[in-house]
Formats: sequence, structure tokens, C-alpha cells
Amino acid sequence: MADIVLDKVTKSYPDGTTAVHGIDLEIADGEFIILVGPSGCGKSTTLNMIAGLEDITSGELRIGGQRVNDKAPKDRDIAMVFQSYALYPNMSVRENMAFPLKLAKMDKATINQKVEEAARVLELTDYLDRKPANLSGGQRQRVAMGRAIVRSPKAFLMDEPLSNLDAKLRVQMRTQVSRLQKQLGTTTVYVTHDQTEAMTLGDRVVVMRGGYIQQVGDPQTLYDNPVNLFVAGFIGSPSMNFLPAAVEESMLRTPLGDLPLGERMKRTLGASDAPRQLIVGIRPEHFEDARLIDDTQRAKGFEFTAPVDLVESMGSDKYVYFTIEGEHAASPDLEDLAADAGGADLPPQDSLVTRLSAESRVRDGADAKVWMNLDKIHLFDPRDGKNITLHEGRAAGVTAS
Amino acid sequence: MSISSTTPAAETAEQKIPRQRQRRRTELSEGKKQERKLGWLLCAPAALVMVVVTAYPIVYSFWLSLQRYDLKFPEDRQFVWFENYVTVLTNSYWWTAFGVTMLITVVSVVVELVLGMGLALIMHRTLVGRGLVRTSALIPYGIVTVVAAFSWRYAWTPGTGYLANLVSPEGAPLTERASALAIIILAEIWKTTPFMALLLMAGLALVPDDLLKAASMDGASWWQRFTKVMLPVMKPAILVALLFRTLDALRVFDNIYVLTNGANETSSVSMIAYNNLIKGLNLGIGSTMSVLIFLTVAIIAFIFVKLFGTAAPGASEEGRR
Repeated sequence: MADIVLDKVTKSYPDGTTAVHGIDLEIADGEFIILVGPSGCGKSTTLNMIAGLEDITSGELRIGGQRVNDKAPKDRDIAMVFQSYALYPNMSVRENMAFPLKLAKMDKATINQKVEEAARVLELTDYLDRKPANLSGGQRQRVAMGRAIVRSPKAFLMDEPLSNLDAKLRVQMRTQVSRLQKQLGTTTVYVTHDQTEAMTLGDRVVVMRGGYIQQVGDPQTLYDNPVNLFVAGFIGSPSMNFLPAAVEESMLRTPLGDLPLGERMKRTLGASDAPRQLIVGIRPEHFEDARLIDDTQRAKGFEFTAPVDLVESMGSDKYVYFTIEGEHAASPDLEDLAADAGGADLPPQDSLVTRLSAESRVRDGADAKVWMNLDKIHLFDPRDGKNITLHEGRAAGVTAS
Repeated sequence: MSISSTTPAAETAEQKIPRQRQRRRTELSEGKKQERKLGWLLCAPAALVMVVVTAYPIVYSFWLSLQRYDLKFPEDRQFVWFENYVTVLTNSYWWTAFGVTMLITVVSVVVELVLGMGLALIMHRTLVGRGLVRTSALIPYGIVTVVAAFSWRYAWTPGTGYLANLVSPEGAPLTERASALAIIILAEIWKTTPFMALLLMAGLALVPDDLLKAASMDGASWWQRFTKVMLPVMKPAILVALLFRTLDALRVFDNIYVLTNGANETSSVSMIAYNNLIKGLNLGIGSTMSVLIFLTVAIIAFIFVKLFGTAAPGASEEGRR
């Protein structure tokens, strides 16, 4: 077991492209850390550099306090689980799991004992003599995990290990991976493009984009206090709503209506270099049916009336969709997000997604009066995507004094 | 009231289902029959061509091999059953040629496998000038065998050949049995290693990169990755390459014909079959030899195909699914 430190680690290719730009990251001993981001963000390259499968162009990588830049993968004492599982097709499950131990020249009795132990933990005892071709996807995935844990390495690296499983199995395996990691207490670096996996698994999440780290933090922090538009849009499902806003006097003009500004925001926006055009971000759960709000809460929020497009009842709550007239929020960050999601995860630009209580009686086609929580609103600078409502690292809403 | 009305309806529905299923089954099998018929029809032209160009010559040469039939003495033609086989199989010329053929086959195929694997690894791993490397490696295979054989012959001709001058300025390598065989084998290897390499490269492409990465994470050295991961995964491709080249080498003819013309007991079985059949005009003995060569090839092919069955990882189980 060991900590992993990335000190200004950069990866450039001979053709001049740079996949990873000087990343600084400290992973504590026993921590479960997730690298998440859209494809091409450099997360897998970073993982491969930690593994030793790709050379580090510049910067330093330390595992357990020791510089390992020039060490071969086999000398770094770390195990990796691949998306394709990479099981040796000619070997049985037992031989697959024993392979790293055999190469380490352990004696047969120890190997057997370790393999049996790992098989027991992963519920693979009955399949030890099968070939990988005769296993289901979930079983293959567990064999791949088994091959990693038998060695008791300093760290586990996992490269989208659950991506080849079907949705239901993925959720099951997610809990199993999490439990296993807690049980073993081994430092784990886990790469995924799925923000749900990132939120549910990790102690800390690293959001990456275009070879740069955007934000590092525990899942709740990323969700509540995103530092920029990209993180705000990437984390959360359904994702945050983004609306254009213009700064006017002590008001913020948005398609939903004019929002009041608190003293602190006024000061920030009053600065000479402050942007005049902003992007408002608000999560679906920070809306509520105005009829279900009591007066003390009503005072902290803002109400608007709009025609309902669609109501999706989830049982526990209702997703209500509205159409936004007029301009759309535009920013390079949002374009990146839309390109990555292929429009799937992100709501269409002219639609507002709200999550209301199940008791709400709004209906398709009818007008609904909706309340939104001004304390939970984020304002982003469209030029660089920065969250300007963050105050000492915490999102403070627009009305804070 | 409502209960009594729904129950019988449910029962009849249940009774209907098996009947429907049965009907569907017979329909399906009829459909299958149609499909099978169509399959045969689609195969028919190819099968017909095969019969004309393959089955007929084989049967005809087998028919010839059962006769005493020498075009120099046509009136002596006579049906003699397996007498020709006894003649050939008890003759030392045949067994010498058989030994020479086996020697050439085994040595050249083994050397080609090793060299071809090396070449395939180089071609697979080369990043710069990949096209150039591949093209230049394939040149020997692109040259007509007879042309290549002649250039080898000239190279080994005493006095004028550069290789002869270089290696043995005094002797005449092509006139001594051991050195002549070595030169024949060398020419074979030079000629067909690229083919081997090409087949093996296709096999290398079958080995997923992740597998090699996983092996190096597991602590395998380069050699261990090669022997424990790459070779087992490539096994089907290796067997195909070996089969092709073995059958090819068994029929070795052009190189021997040009380099030594079978002198000093360097004839292969194909050479002596040619000498009897075409030069000697002895259709009976020549056909017997052809049939024997065919049988040897068939037996070796059979052995290889048997090996294939268990070669592909998990093949037998997957085949069952």
C-alpha cells in the first residue's frame, strides 16, 4: 500500500499533441480516487502513465515516496484491471489468477492458497477450472479483479472496468468494487467516463477535460460547489439547467424573469472588468411547485409562471419540462459538454428541467407557477466558464449579502 | 359471475398455446428444409466445378495407377491392380526421394517459422516506414520461383557466381549432395519466409494490446509475454501457416529442377514423378507416384486439421453454443 503523487506530469506525443498538461495530484494511501471526464480528456493516459504503460514526458511520478518514472510496469508493484478484462484465453480462471504469482516465483502452496482466497472473496470458487470463454461478462470482470487482488499490490488501477457490463450488472458490480476496496484498503485509481460511477464510488473525484484537471474534491463538493461551467454540467443527472442572463443595475435579466442580486454579487458584478453577460446555472431539484412552498421559503426564492411541456412522474418525484423562449446560453464549455454527451445526457438548450415533489399537481399543457431557490443558483462567466458565486470555495447563491 | 366467465376462457387459451406452438414448429422445419434446398442449389455450381477440375483428375490418375501403361510400349497396356504400388514402394529411388523431400520440408518449414516470426514481429511493431518494410520483405515472394532459382544457380556456379567464389572458391557446391541440398533448402527459405511472415502477422493482429499490457503489469518479461501470451493466442494462425507451408514444401519441384535437376540424389518425390510421367512417359508408375504424393499430403493435412480442433482457445466449447 502506498500513496501516489503526480508532480507536474505531462504527456506529449512526437507529433506535437499534448494529452496531459502538467497534472498535480496527490492520492493518499488507501484512497479511492476517480478520474472522470469525456473521452479524450487524458484520464486513460494519466492512468497508463501511473501504470508505466506510457512514458512520462516531463514531471515526476512517485509511488510510496519513490520516484518511479523510469521503472518498468512490473517493478512498480501495481495491478491493473482493463475494460476488456484482458484475460488470457488459453488459461483457466485459476491459471489466470495464478499468473502474476507464478511470474513472481512464489511456491505452489502459497499460490494455491492465495488464488483460493481471492476466488472465495469474489465468489469464483466454482469456476476456477473454466476457461474465460465459458464465463459471463460479470464473472470475467471478477476474474480480472481477482488477478489484481491476489498479488496484494501497492495500488489498483482500473480502466473503465464496468463499461462492458449491462446496466443492471454494472450497478451490482459497482457496490462490489466499492466494498472490496473498503475491505482491502488498497489505494485505487479508477477511470470512468460515467459521472454516476464517479459520484457513487469515489472518496474523491478528479474531473478532467482536455488534459487539464478541472476540479478535485469529494463527490458532494463537486456537486454543490462546481468551480466552472464544465464541472457543473458534467456532474449530476439530469444535468444542471443553463440560462443566459444580462446584468442590469441591481437585477439579473433572465428568460424566467428579473432576479434580485444580493450585496456581495452587486459588488462582484460592479467591478470594471466584470462580465455584462452571464450564464445562470440551477439544478432541477432546486425548483418546486409554488403551491407547496411555505412563506419563509418563498421569501428566499423567486417565482415564475410558465406553460408545462411534459410531466414525467418517477413516483418519488416528478420531472417537469418547460420551454424557454429567446436566446440560449452559449459558451465553449457548454459546447464541449454537448459534444461529449451527444445531446443525450444534457437537456436540449431550450428546455428547462425541474424536479418537483410528487404531490405537485402540474399537468401537461397547463400553466404552472414554479418557485426556485435563489440560494442555490450559480452564475458563470461565459468567457472562461468560472463560477463567480463561489465564496471561499462554497457556492453562496446570488442574494447573499 | 365474473370469475366463472374468465376461467374457461383462460383454459381454452392455455390449450390453444401448445397447438399453436406445434404448428409453428412444423412450419419452422419446413422453412428449414427450403433453406437447406436453397443452400445445396447455391453450392451446386462450385461443387460441379470442383468435381470437374479436382475429383475427375484424381479418379483418373488413380485409374491409371492400377494399369501397366507405358507410352513407349502401348500394346503392353494391362490392368494389374496394385502391382505398380508394390514396384514403387519397394524401390530405393522412391524412398531416397521421399527422404530428401521430408528433409527439405522439415528443415525449411522450421527455419521459416522462426525467421517468419521474427519478420512478422518486426513488421508488426515497426512504426516508421511500415509500408516500405513490408514491401521489401515481400519481394522474394513476388519473384517467380524459376527466375529466383536461376539467379541462385548462377550465384552458385563455380567461377562466375559470387556466392560460389565467396563461400567455396575451389569446389562446386551444386555438384555435391549435402551442399546442393543445403542450397535448395536455402532457396526455399529465402523464397517463402515472407509468406510465412505474412500469415503470422495476421496472427499477431489477433493478440489484443490489452492482453500484452496486462501481462507486463503482471510482471512478465518480453520473452514470457511472447511465449505465455502471444504464442498461445496465435496458435491457430501458426497452425494455418505451418499447414500451408508444409503442404507446399512437400511438393517442392522448381528449385530442384533448376538448381540440380535431381542430380546426386537430390530429387524430391515430385521430381521423380515428373521424370517417370512426363519424361519417361510411364503413365502407370508416374500416376502411382502422384497418388502416393496425394495420400501423403492428405494424411499430413488430416493430422493438422485434427490439431486445429483443440488449438483455438475455448473453441470446442464455443462451437457447441
